[in-house]
Amino acid sequence: MSDVISFLPPREKVLARRSTIIADLADLLPADCLVHEPRELVPFETDAFVAYRRLPLAVVLPHNTAQVAAVLKYCHRYGVPVVPRGAGTSLCGGAIPQEDAVVIGLSKMSRILEVDFANRTATVQAGVTNLSISDTVGPEGYFYAPDPSSQLACTIGGNIAMNSGGAHCLKYGVTTNNLLGVKMVLMDGTVIDLGGKHLDSAGYDLLGLVCGSEGQLGIVTEATVRLIAKPEGARPVLFGFTSSEEAGACVADVIGAGIIPVAIEFMDKPAIEICEAFAKAGYPLDVEALLIVEVEGSEAEMEAMLSSIVEIARRHGVKTVRESQSATEAALIWKGRKSAFGATGRIADYICMDGTVPLSKLSYVLKRTSEIVEGFGLRVANVFHAGDGNMHPLILFNANDPVEAAKAEAAGNEILKLCVDAGGCLTGEHGVGIEKRDLMLHQYTRAELDQQIRVREAFDSQWLLNPSKVFPLDGRPQTAGAV
Amino acid sequence: MQTNFTAEQLADPHVAESEAILRRCVHCGFCTATCPTYVTLGNELDSPRGRIYLIKDMLENGRAADAQVVKHLDRCLSCLACTTTCPSGVDYMHLIDNARAHVENTYRRPLMDRLIRNVLAFVLPYPSRFRAALKLARIGKPFGPMLAGFAPLKPFAAMLTLAPVTLPQPLPQQSQPLAVAKRGRVAILTGCAQPVLDPRINEATERLLTRLGVEIARPKGEGCCGALVHHMGREEQALNFARRNVDVWTREIEERGLDAIIITASGCGTTIKDYGHMLRLDPSYAEKARRISALAKDITEYLATLDLPPLESRGLTVAYHSACSMQHGQKITLQPKALLRNAGFAVRDPAEGHLCCGSAGTYNILQPEISAQLKARKVKNIEATKANIIATGNIGCMTQIASGTAMPIVHTVELLDWAYGGPKPDKLS
Repeated sequence: MSDVISFLPPREKVLARRSTIIADLADLLPADCLVHEPRELVPFETDAFVAYRRLPLAVVLPHNTAQVAAVLKYCHRYGVPVVPRGAGTSLCGGAIPQEDAVVIGLSKMSRILEVDFANRTATVQAGVTNLSISDTVGPEGYFYAPDPSSQLACTIGGNIAMNSGGAHCLKYGVTTNNLLGVKMVLMDGTVIDLGGKHLDSAGYDLLGLVCGSEGQLGIVTEATVRLIAKPEGARPVLFGFTSSEEAGACVADVIGAGIIPVAIEFMDKPAIEICEAFAKAGYPLDVEALLIVEVEGSEAEMEAMLSSIVEIARRHGVKTVRESQSATEAALIWKGRKSAFGATGRIADYICMDGTVPLSKLSYVLKRTSEIVEGFGLRVANVFHAGDGNMHPLILFNANDPVEAAKAEAAGNEILKLCVDAGGCLTGEHGVGIEKRDLMLHQYTRAELDQQIRVREAFDSQWLLNPSKVFPLDGRPQTAGAV
Repeated sequence: MQTNFTAEQLADPHVAESEAILRRCVHCGFCTATCPTYVTLGNELDSPRGRIYLIKDMLENGRAADAQVVKHLDRCLSCLACTTTCPSGVDYMHLIDNARAHVENTYRRPLMDRLIRNVLAFVLPYPSRFRAALKLARIGKPFGPMLAGFAPLKPFAAMLTLAPVTLPQPLPQQSQPLAVAKRGRVAILTGCAQPVLDPRINEATERLLTRLGVEIARPKGEGCCGALVHHMGREEQALNFARRNVDVWTREIEERGLDAIIITASGCGTTIKDYGHMLRLDPSYAEKARRISALAKDITEYLATLDLPPLESRGLTVAYHSACSMQHGQKITLQPKALLRNAGFAVRDPAEGHLCCGSAGTYNILQPEISAQLKARKVKNIEATKANIIATGNIGCMTQIASGTAMPIVHTVELLDWAYGGPKPDKLS
């Protein structure tokens, strides 16, 4: 296990009361909602950022908002930290617990409450998976647009916590652009509703504040999201290039020309090989870099947009252009792309970066990324949302080799700093979590960060909600367990 | 994922295999989404990722299994939907096999649990015992609901509920001459529970193959494939079943030759295709078992190679239920539906087709509550297709689904036999 990033030291008073807390939680909840046996806590010690692990004090799996409120009220009263968890798919450790914390898992709250086609909204419990919303409304010709690659498993609650994106967000925006309302439980157990079925609400945009707050302002238990009508048609097209730099420059020129396809995804050669081995999608194996460009609309619209993109790609020496020929083939192309991280597990362990850079810097950052990783003697695979400039270098290493693991983390930090220095940011869609927490001062000035901290304290003055995340432990106020 | 085993631990081939499987997992969580128990219970501990973690913790610490771990491992259906979903290629099947054997070797189950498992392992794999037990069950059937009131007796109640009221009698075996030039020679697994519960399936298989010019071999002495006890972690008993079948088929191959070993219950097919792996550490069987596994074919897999002629529409709609052992265990997804369409049936896919019906070998007896929830969900999805008939390729699913719906359910091969000149299946009359 890695230990470069530290967690807050556990609150001794809470640890000392462990058995009382568990007995009290057992009174608050039905038996199937409480996990506290040491053996059974182990699988909750981490999420998809598996290099870091901490056993929680207990895990609760409530069925409804009232139960979430009861647990939060209790934890507030006795000063017990709380870590919210959706499906545990966070790549930045957003759901990793700590020894003195109660994990509140939303996985039993997985019902779709209402689909309102007249208002183009769906209201769902926070534990509903992202994809199940689109699956439910699909037959009526609608979908929910943000599509993280983990959309099969990740929950809408987790998406809101991290303001998640996805391949199709280039055109439709990320979670915050598709979220209309939430029901949220505050740390003291108060239940509030923010937003509704309308595009804007009176007063402050607290909904905007909550989206991306990483479970530190409250726990969202229900969400109302915007549904979008499916286009007439959609088609992914594969563009193969002889170098990553050319592919990157092509993306910048496409967007620069004012052309906004639904998605522009990038894969370099190592990523192409990994994804093709898993999905057998027909990605070209004789190119150095691949763009998956999805266009949508009527046949005429798709043709028109494609021909402009092909023209730009030709100027960058595109080697192959291949349109998907069937719905099955299109599905395979996306399956390969969306399984890229997991499929990487076939060849090595990895950590996945999430920096975002201005498109004009894409080629430069790709080149520097390779140099940095090679400098540490490691390998990298790049597969990312190029249209958004949201990069995901996967740094490959051997998790059973502590030296390699430390090198991978160090290389990751350098890459993230590079993204910030290039005018971008630390995280495009995965969130800060534990992973990027100590780099926040590379992104923000102390004054900027302190302003965010003041907002956080307005919601949770005792720093009980997901307390080890987002803000560096240095320089926190005393209440936050400053070290 | 990082693992922590000593060289001494890794000297055990089962631990070494488990370690290699665990190293593939990147803990991404995709598998949770398609796991029937996670979808039903909403608890990480009842998901593949949770179970992988429990197994990892148990094996790394060289610890005996305990009640908590066993509870969650027992809830696994072995449907293998997770292996279809997993992008990292985690071989969950062999990991849970190893874990079940570890449980069996290191954990003493409560009395009633031991009793029910002993009864199942003693009765189910043997057709004569199973037939006798079903006769007894008919007498006990009225007491089922009473037993269900006591938690430890629920499995017995589930058994009585599942036991059919009447059993179809096998038709006298007729060896018909091949109608056309010989195209191959195959053995058909007789198996254990299926010939008792529904002898019509293999009768239809024999008729159809014979009409198509395939000679049927009848090697003496084969029996249960071993899956039932294998899934209970009773490794030695399972391997002995496997060895017996390997011997019988090997003799047949060497004496008169076999082009395929046909299996009409996909649950058995998954296991027989794994004989090569199961017996890999037994030097006197490893090679023979590999050969048997390579020859094992689901009936639809084999029929798909015979180029059956397309037929006119029959005006009947079939909801095709893909058994987990078919779609996840053997990755056979297209052939059964293509054969049915080619034979003139309209085929519909029920929603959530990847989810298990809750049958899963002895699961509907050992975990009756989860099984009942999965059955209800499956039946609802199947009935929503508004099809005339349900077709599937596994006897376990047939028994399970039939107990929850009035729609007729038949084996895919029964429809194909009917379409290509055989009699109409009884259940459709």
